[in-house]
Order: sequence, then C-alpha cells, then structure tokens
Amino acid sequence: MIDWPLVSVIIFLPLIGALIILFIKEDELTSINIKWAALLATLGTFILSLILWLQFDYSNPSYQYEEKFRWFDDFNFFYHVGVDGISLFMILLSTFLTPLCILASWNNIKKRVKEYMLSFLFLETVMIGMFASIDILLFYIFFEAVLIPMYLIIGIWGGNRRIYASFKFFLYTLLGSVLMLIAIIVMYRNSSSMSIEFLQGNYFSYNTQLFLWLAFFASFAVKIPMWPFHTWLPDAHVEAPTAGSVILAGVLLKMGGYGFIRFSLGMLPEATEFFIPLIMTLSIVAIVYTSLVALAQTDIKKLIAYSSVAHMGIVTIGIFLVNQQGLEGAMMQMISHGLVSAALFLCVGVIYDRMHTREIEFYGGLVQRMPLYATVFMIFMLGSVGLPGTSGFIGEFLVIVGAFKFSSYVVIGAAFGIILSAVYMLYLYKRIIFGTITNNKLAEILDINTREKIILIPLAISVILLGIFPNLFLDPMRLSLELIITNYEIANAK
Amino acid sequence: MLNNIYNIFFIPEIFLACSSFVCLLFGLFLKKNTFRQTSNLAVFVLLLTILLVYYDSESNFANYKSLFSHSSFINFFKILALLGSIASIIISKDYFLGIKLKNFEIPVLFLFSTLGMMLMIASNNLMSMYLAIELQSLSLYVTAAIKRDSISSAESGVKYFILGALSSGILLYGFSLIYGFTGSMNFDDISFYLSKYDNLNLGLIFGLVFVMVGLAFKVSAVPFHMWTPDVYEGAPNSITGFFAIVPKIAAVALIYRFCLVPFENFYLEWSQIILFLSIASMFLGAIAAIAQSNIKRLLAYSSIGHIGYILIALVAANDDGIKAASIYMFSYMIMNVAVFAILLSLKVKNEYLINISDLKGLSKSNPIVSLSISIIMLSMAGIPPFIGFFGKFYVFIAAIEQELYVLSVLGVLASVISAFYYLRIIKIMYFDESKSEGIINFQISFQSKIILSLSLFVIICFIFYPSLLINLSASLTI
Repeated sequence: MIDWPLVSVIIFLPLIGALIILFIKEDELTSINIKWAALLATLGTFILSLILWLQFDYSNPSYQYEEKFRWFDDFNFFYHVGVDGISLFMILLSTFLTPLCILASWNNIKKRVKEYMLSFLFLETVMIGMFASIDILLFYIFFEAVLIPMYLIIGIWGGNRRIYASFKFFLYTLLGSVLMLIAIIVMYRNSSSMSIEFLQGNYFSYNTQLFLWLAFFASFAVKIPMWPFHTWLPDAHVEAPTAGSVILAGVLLKMGGYGFIRFSLGMLPEATEFFIPLIMTLSIVAIVYTSLVALAQTDIKKLIAYSSVAHMGIVTIGIFLVNQQGLEGAMMQMISHGLVSAALFLCVGVIYDRMHTREIEFYGGLVQRMPLYATVFMIFMLGSVGLPGTSGFIGEFLVIVGAFKFSSYVVIGAAFGIILSAVYMLYLYKRIIFGTITNNKLAEILDINTREKIILIPLAISVILLGIFPNLFLDPMRLSLELIITNYEIANAK
Repeated sequence: MLNNIYNIFFIPEIFLACSSFVCLLFGLFLKKNTFRQTSNLAVFVLLLTILLVYYDSESNFANYKSLFSHSSFINFFKILALLGSIASIIISKDYFLGIKLKNFEIPVLFLFSTLGMMLMIASNNLMSMYLAIELQSLSLYVTAAIKRDSISSAESGVKYFILGALSSGILLYGFSLIYGFTGSMNFDDISFYLSKYDNLNLGLIFGLVFVMVGLAFKVSAVPFHMWTPDVYEGAPNSITGFFAIVPKIAAVALIYRFCLVPFENFYLEWSQIILFLSIASMFLGAIAAIAQSNIKRLLAYSSIGHIGYILIALVAANDDGIKAASIYMFSYMIMNVAVFAILLSLKVKNEYLINISDLKGLSKSNPIVSLSISIIMLSMAGIPPFIGFFGKFYVFIAAIEQELYVLSVLGVLASVISAFYYLRIIKIMYFDESKSEGIINFQISFQSKIILSLSLFVIICFIFYPSLLINLSASLTI
C-alpha cells in the first residue's frame, strides 16, 4: 500500500492551488494563468484520486488509507480521514467533475476569474474532505463549509434572480444542517465518541434514535432534495452558472444520499425501520409529482433540475430498501446521475453560450447545424431515461429489483416515474434537436468546438462504460454496503 | 513593611490606577501631539498590566479578600478585557485624528473604564461590584458624549447616562434587598448563609430579580437592550468600537460570577430569568438586525444576539458552560476587533462609512478588504471553518450536556435567521453592481494593520490548532 498521506494530499491539493492563485495578480493577460493553475491543480487531484481507485483493496469492507491524529485535546475529536467503498466513488465523482467545470467556464466567465477559480478550488477541497472524513465533526465542518463557495458562485456569476436563489439556497440548507449539529452533539454526549466507525456500532436508545433521525433527515432531505423540501433546487439550478449547476447536480446532491447511507442507515437502524414508510411515500410522490412538473417546464435547465429531484427519489427508495440490490442500485444511480445530469447541464451550457437563452421554444432543429452535439446530447438524454447500455439503466434496474422484495406498490410508483422520465426527456429532445430550423437566429449556430469535445466526450464514454461494465464500480463498494446492511439487520433483529 | 508596599504597587489594578493618573498628567503637560503620545503611553500601560495580571499571585489579594477575589476565570477575563482595550485604542487612533477629535482625555478615560472593568470582573462583594460598575460606566458616559459639538454624540451620551443611571438604581435596590435579607455584602458569606436554606424567601427573590435586571442592562440583553443601538449609532465610530469590544467582556464575566458564586444553589430561580433573556436576545438580535441600514446599528443588534448565545452557556451552568463562555467571548472580541479595525479605516467620499449600502462595489475596488469582511461576517454567523463556529459549537455542547434541547434548537434557529443579515453584507459587496467605483478609500495605519492581520489570522487559523485556547478555557475555575 501507499505510505504517504494520499487522502490528505487529495483533499488539500486544490486548496494549495487556490493559495497559489491568490498570489497571482489578476488582469487581462494573467487571467489565462489563473485558469491554467486551477486546471492543473484539479487535474492533479483527479490523477491522484485514480491512484486511490487502483490501489483500493476490494476485499476490505472498512476504511482504507486511514489517517488519524488528535485535533482537539479535550474531546474525542480527531482529524480522521479515509476511504471505503461508499465514499470512493463520491470522491472520484468530485475530482472528475471539477476539472470539467473549470474547462466549461474557460471562456464564458469573464468577470472576476480569480475569485471564481478560488471558489471552485475551495469547493473541491471541502467536497472531497466531506466524503473522506471519518470524524463526524470534521464531516460537519466540511458539510457546512460547502455553502460558502456555492453561495458566492450562484450569487456573483449567476443569472437575473441570482440573489434570491443564492439566499434561498444558503438559508434552506443551513437550516437543515444546524439541526444536524445538535444531533451530532447529542450523539457525542451519548457515546463520547465522534468517530463514524465507532458510532456505527453504537446503540442509541429508541427514542433518542427517533429524534436524531429526524434531525439528520432535516439536513439530508434538504440536500438531496426530497419532495417537499426541494423548492430551493430549481431556483439554484436555473440561476447558477453552468459549472455551478454541474457541481450542484453532480456532487452536492449526492451529499444527501451519502449522509442517509452513513448516518441514518449506519447509526440509527431502528429509527430508520420506523421511518421507512414515510421515506417511501415521499419518494414516490417526488418521482411522480416532479416528473409531471418537469413535463410542463419551458426552461431547459429547470426541466433538468426537476428531473434531478425525480432521479433522487429513485435513490432514496433504493437506500431505504436496505437490501443489497437497493443500495447498490442507489449508489449506481447516484454516480450515474452525477455524470448524466452534469453532462446535461453542460450541454445546455453549450447552446446557452451561443444563444444566451434557455427557453425551449427558442430552439428547434439543432440537428441540422450541430450533428455532433445532437449525438452526445442523445447519449446523455438516453442515460437519463435509463436505456439499457447506459449508466442510468443499471441503477434504476437494481432499485426496482430490490423494491420487489419490499412492496410492489413502490415498484409501480418507481416504474411509473421512469416512464414519465422517458416522456419528458424524449419530448425535450424532440423539441430542441429534431425538426427543421424555424428560428432564423439559429441559422448560423456552430457545432461544438474542441474544448467542448474535451469536456463532453469523457463524460459520454463514462456513461456508456458504467452501463456496460457496472461491476467495475459495483465490486469495490459491495463489501462496504454489505457491512452496513448486516449491521442494520443485526440491530433490528434484537 | 517596605516589601509589602512594594508588592501592593504590583497589584495590577493599583498599578493601572496609578498609571492612569500618570497618563493624565502626561497628557496635561505635553505640548505637541498630546493625543497620539497619550494613546501610545496608554497602550504601553495596558501591556504592562497584562503582564502583571499574568504573573499575579493569590497572596497579593489576601488583604482584599472580602472585596475582590482571585481565580483563573477572573484572570482570563481581565486579560481579555485588557487585550480588547489595547486593540480598540490602537485601531481608533487614526480615526480620532481623522475627525479632529484630539482630546488626550479619551485614552485616559478608556484606561479608567478598563480599570473599572477589571474591578468588576474581580469583585467579590456587592459594594465593590457597584463601585466598579460605576467607575467603568461613568467613564463610558463621558466618552459617548466626547464629541461635544455633535448633537448625535451628545444625545447618545445623555441616553446612555439616563438609562445607565436608572439601571444602576435598580441594581442598588436589589443589592440593598439582598443585604437586608442575608446580612452580608460578601459573595462567599451570602453563599454560606444561603446554603442553610432550600428556598429563597420573597425578599431575596425580589433582590435577585432587581440585580438581574441591572446586569441584563449592562450586558444589553433583551428586553433591556434599548440603549444599545442608539448609543452605538450616536457615538463616534471608534467609541462604538470600544463599547462593542470591551465592556461586554466585563459585564458577561460579572453576570457569570454573580449567578454562579453567591446564588450557586438557587439555579432554578435565576436560570428562568437568564433563559428568557437568552431566547429573547437571540431572536430580537437576529430579526431586528435585518432591517438596519446603518452598519453600527446592525453591529449593535448583532452583539445583542451574541449575548443571547453566551447566556445559553450560563443557563447550562456547568464547567462546559464556563468553558463555552470563555471561548465565545474570545471569539466575539476577536471578530469585533477585526470588524471595527476595517470599519474605522473605510472612507466613502471622505466621510467614514456609515451606511451598509455604501459598501457596494468594494469587492472590485478593494478585493482583500471585502474578502476579510466576508470572512468576519461568515464567522459571526457561525459558519465553519471560522472561529465563530467553535464558539457556538461549545455553547451548544454545554447546553446539551444540561439537556437543554429546546433551548439549543431555538438557538440554532436564531442563528439561521441571523445568517441572513450577515450574508446581506456579503451580498452588497459582491453581488450588487455598482456604477460609481473607487469612491471607497481604505487607509489603514501600520499598527492597525498588525491588529487586523492578527485577528484575521486567529479567525481563519483557529481551526488548525484549537487546543491552545480550549485547554486554557477548560482549566478555568470561577
């Protein structure tokens, strides 16, 4: 194995890049240096995180690459980071998407390039740090610190209603996470430990579990987001710049799912058992309702934002089935959604950069002028629908297989949602890509350029790779998920 | 005998008192640059006093046992108050020169009020407590009104004086009731007397309530906060900085000692009052600040909100509570020093900054300053990884240790509301497009720059090595 602190290097490399950028003076000429510095830092992080995957021990369900040293003297708080099968792909997703985001903003961010890159690099550090932390306080600090760069990204570089959207995003998520802080302190008081590993084996009394569960739910349900706590998402997505939407959909929403697996399932099994019907109901409502809402949207970004809520509904169903297929499906769905929705937002960004509008009405017949664009867009659209051979299929299929063990009503709800997703995505595709060009302004539109190819093609390849070789991704996470399920069943069998 | 006299002079309070008179004479006889030189001397005196407090031994206090007490908690808060005074004298120097308010009495008055605060923190007797409060308040009343030709300054001084005198009267009445029913003025004696009883009788309860009202006024807890925004607004900015940074430290230490020493066994009686004050302060501080357009009023409400959190730790009334209060007070002082260091150096069209909306466009003309303000604001809102988060975190640990779940949840809800107005300042600096660029000037003297950098360093880097402060505050005994 590796004898140097790989995880910490991955966490703090972007921050070091940010510090370097801080000392580059920004003007017309140097802004390109700033962009290159940011790109190199994030690419370096991505390559290092690939080592994480290559050296990963598939037969070990618990944390690997652990680093631990004392941080606070008086409590049992540690700087404790490590990676297991669940967090591995979340980290990879973050490190993969951030360089793409930097590339995507290469030309269309013209003001305050320095602050923009600083925000993104800081954001990457806190995202990776959050997925890698094994100490619950460390997790919380990273979890809440995510709000700072995201608030700035939406607020400074966003659209017309960016101020409203950034405040709504910040306060909504803050409200959820401060309740989690109380829950964390209560957990600490009951167990005298802040280690996630230790708390997963700890037993809290039933009533305590119920309250703790609700507090964690408040935080993660807002983050993931579940219906009816999703209202911040469409606003944030629509107003955020393209790269902001990519990170928001690609990684930040996964923080909720990750939290449900780690905390609700791992630490509060009995309360989870109690609340499963609630989650299932909310998820099915989310899937059906937001799919219908998506169908009625006139703004492309808003449509994709609502589809995210629907896809996340599948994820929550998968997680709270608490069986092997369900959890694996949920994880696959999260990874797939991270890639697909990120790619869809990037695709919207491509035409938005050219035409500066996201109205569906405005477009039509793009295939005539942009054949390559139409092709990659189709791959992602089909990935979102869940066509066999793309990543979306694996997740949805596994969740539905798992759901049969639980209740056929849930299966009907989830399947109905999947059909609806095909309806709104295909309808969207038809309206903007097919047909003849009716709008004169589109007559001169250009196909994707080299930079955009560099962004979109790796995403398209990974979407297909995920669909054809799912075991590449499922094998590393299998044992870690099994461990969580076993613990859960033992706790509930008592 | 000679040895004794020698020792007495090295008691920090006596040293500070004598040195303040020396400063006064120094300023009186100096011909040129009186204000600047007196300020420098005052800073020097305060630095020496810190050393004396640090090396202070308990034996020095043997002769004053009935009046003053000596403990690690007291010393910690004394040093905090002294540091706060040093910082606020340094950061306000250029401001005073800028508005041509060059009375050399100002640093001397600051010294006297700091002396009053040190005595307040240490007092162990109702009488010495009252006199100490009066010493610091009278100096503050004068400083609030020091800009004689300004109506608003005079108004704030008068308001402060009238309301302060009222609260002192209430306090004194409470003291008389407590003295009448226990027969003693000394905290230890009162505590000993009360330990024989299970309940407080009606007279003592009245006395306790009156004293609480008086103390709540001094810490500006809701509903006795009315003076704070007005006084903050009317006084010159640098005086406001002093008000925000230092007297709160002393008043908080005093309310802690008063509740936890003589009335330690009657937790149920006083904790209800503090509980109400705490919740009301948090929410009023959070909600009233939203509508403010004047940065000083906003900071006034923000300080009211912070007092609410510190009172949560008092309701918890355990060792964790004392620890939390020390950490919170430290972070409060650092954040306020940083914010006022910036505020006293910002000029809009040659006027010192008052309106929040004037910050518009600062992020373009002065990126480093606006980044600093943003960090301070996020820290005040309690967003990790800055120091403000740890203050709140320890307060909630203390509260949950005492099973005050409802109070904790209310506390975090108020912190979400208050996050709004802190974010609004960031919004104005970063999100709002400004048409008139470059009208904001940032001029800062070398000394203030050091203070500002140090406090920003602490705010940002506290997370990397928290143990220093936390171990220290864990070892404090009241």
